[in-house]
Amino acid sequence: MTDNELRIKSVHYRKKLLKYIKKANAGHTGGSLSCVDILNVLYNRILDVTPQRFTDPARDRYVHSKGHSVEALYVVLADKGFFPESDLGTLCGYGSHYVGHPTRKVNGIEQNTGALGHGLAFSVGVALAAKKDKASYKVCTLLGDGELAEGSNWESMMAAAHYSLDNLTAIIDRNNLQITGRTEDVCEIEPLGAKLTAFGWSVRIVDGHDITALTDVLRAAPFEAGKPSMIIAKTIKGKGVSFIENDHRWHHKVPSDEQYEQAQQELNDLLDEMKL
Amino acid sequence: MTFESGSELGKANLEVFSQTLLALARKDRNVLVVTSDSRGSGKLLPFAEKLPDQMVEVGVAEQNLVGIAAGLASAGKIVYAVSPACFLTARALEQIKNDVCYSDRPVKLIGISAGVSYGALGSTHHATHDLAVLRAINNIDIIVPADNLETAQAIKAAAKMRHPVYIRLGKRPMYHLHEPGTKFEVGKAIAVRQGTDVAFVATGETVYHALLAAKELGKEGLTSRVISMHTIRPLDTQAILRAASDCRAIVTVEEHSISGGLGEACAAVLMESGIRVSFKIVGFPDEYMVSGSQMDIFKHYGISAQGLAKTAKMLLNP
Repeated sequence: MTDNELRIKSVHYRKKLLKYIKKANAGHTGGSLSCVDILNVLYNRILDVTPQRFTDPARDRYVHSKGHSVEALYVVLADKGFFPESDLGTLCGYGSHYVGHPTRKVNGIEQNTGALGHGLAFSVGVALAAKKDKASYKVCTLLGDGELAEGSNWESMMAAAHYSLDNLTAIIDRNNLQITGRTEDVCEIEPLGAKLTAFGWSVRIVDGHDITALTDVLRAAPFEAGKPSMIIAKTIKGKGVSFIENDHRWHHKVPSDEQYEQAQQELNDLLDEMKL
Repeated sequence: MTFESGSELGKANLEVFSQTLLALARKDRNVLVVTSDSRGSGKLLPFAEKLPDQMVEVGVAEQNLVGIAAGLASAGKIVYAVSPACFLTARALEQIKNDVCYSDRPVKLIGISAGVSYGALGSTHHATHDLAVLRAINNIDIIVPADNLETAQAIKAAAKMRHPVYIRLGKRPMYHLHEPGTKFEVGKAIAVRQGTDVAFVATGETVYHALLAAKELGKEGLTSRVISMHTIRPLDTQAILRAASDCRAIVTVEEHSISGGLGEACAAVLMESGIRVSFKIVGFPDEYMVSGSQMDIFKHYGISAQGLAKTAKMLLNP
């Protein structure tokens, strides 16, 4: 697929995740919209994993550490054929496996997440197992920037560097917002790159909505032999819908009927522009 | 020579754990031990020396220990995560709940120096809550071995388990309670002694003290059943119900808070069955813990031959 085809796919993913959040009347709208392009590139270009190979020990692993943004992951997995998209009609419903955070009951999900600060340690364990087995699969995980306040992440970063896990790539969805407000107002995390470098990671910064740049940086990992790779993906929370963008109040707000129509209209207009 | 339960001193269960694990790991390179700067207290120095590639050290970071163990297990490794029980089941409780139990990763969590093994170090180092918190979490077996045989068997059984398990170990040398070759099965209590006046349903390092109490009571013509309830979950409800029908009183004994541990689990089984029997839970009350060695603390709270015999007699002759 060309870069432009993937850009169009991202818009469709955004439309779909809004559709299912609206239907369920629940979901993490802002953070799901911000990580769509990252998941798009991972699943359509980087990760060697398919529904048919999901139990293959040699498959690439993706761990959704920022588990609340599960709606974005669900629509990407559905698109990749891990389950029928119609299943998402049960999102957050009684007895549904499609709950508000990822679980292994859903085909394609590697690990139950949702409590923050867990995905990186799990990913370190998987990457370490790959090293011990001399296996060549990649391990990727996506962290939220607000999530970095969980101290467990920094334990895991130390371990990843200590064990020279260059088969591990972590991506930070750096949208600068968390449920309460700006990350820098809640608890300062900058200078982030310098901190990560000091923790022994090889760090790159990228526009987290630029399909070409995301592809290049993810293909370039590991950036340095013997070091785990960290990508700070600069994103916009709520990306793609004007009134949701950059507003922390949309962390887990569901659009009203009117807002929903407007959001779909904006995304449809974007699609029309892209096709021209 | 005939075997007499509780007459011969063996090794610390921790030592047996370490030897058993080394033997397992030598046969299967997928067996890994993960430690949080705990190889010394886990008696794992020989393991570290002989199989360094099968040891993963994470430093003093229990949350990371459990998360990494879950990741390793997901990739097919047979993982024993070893850390003092006090830290493992408190600091890393969310990792146990989510990364291991909820995600169904068959990690073998080994809580070392459990209960009040570190008695004199203070309550930071006591694990008297672990059975209660883990009993309230879905999808984890809980094993508290009483002697060397139970420990070796539990560690071997854990290697084959496809779901999470927690094994709680103390650091004192333990008396052999079971004749060599005694069958050990997860979820099946073992009767150390038979009797019909009182049944001691005990677990872990307290079983020996229940046995001593039974001997004391024997001098007064009272017969005691001593049950090693080595598996807290799944609980051997049949053994409890049999004891309740065969005996006039039941005393449960645990190196744990009386809240949420073995005693309350037994009480629930008995109440729900409708069987009425005189009943007492012996453990640690809801109070600021007394300081001292493990034996000092046991004695203080009545986990001793004299203390348990007295409790039994109070139930038998109210």
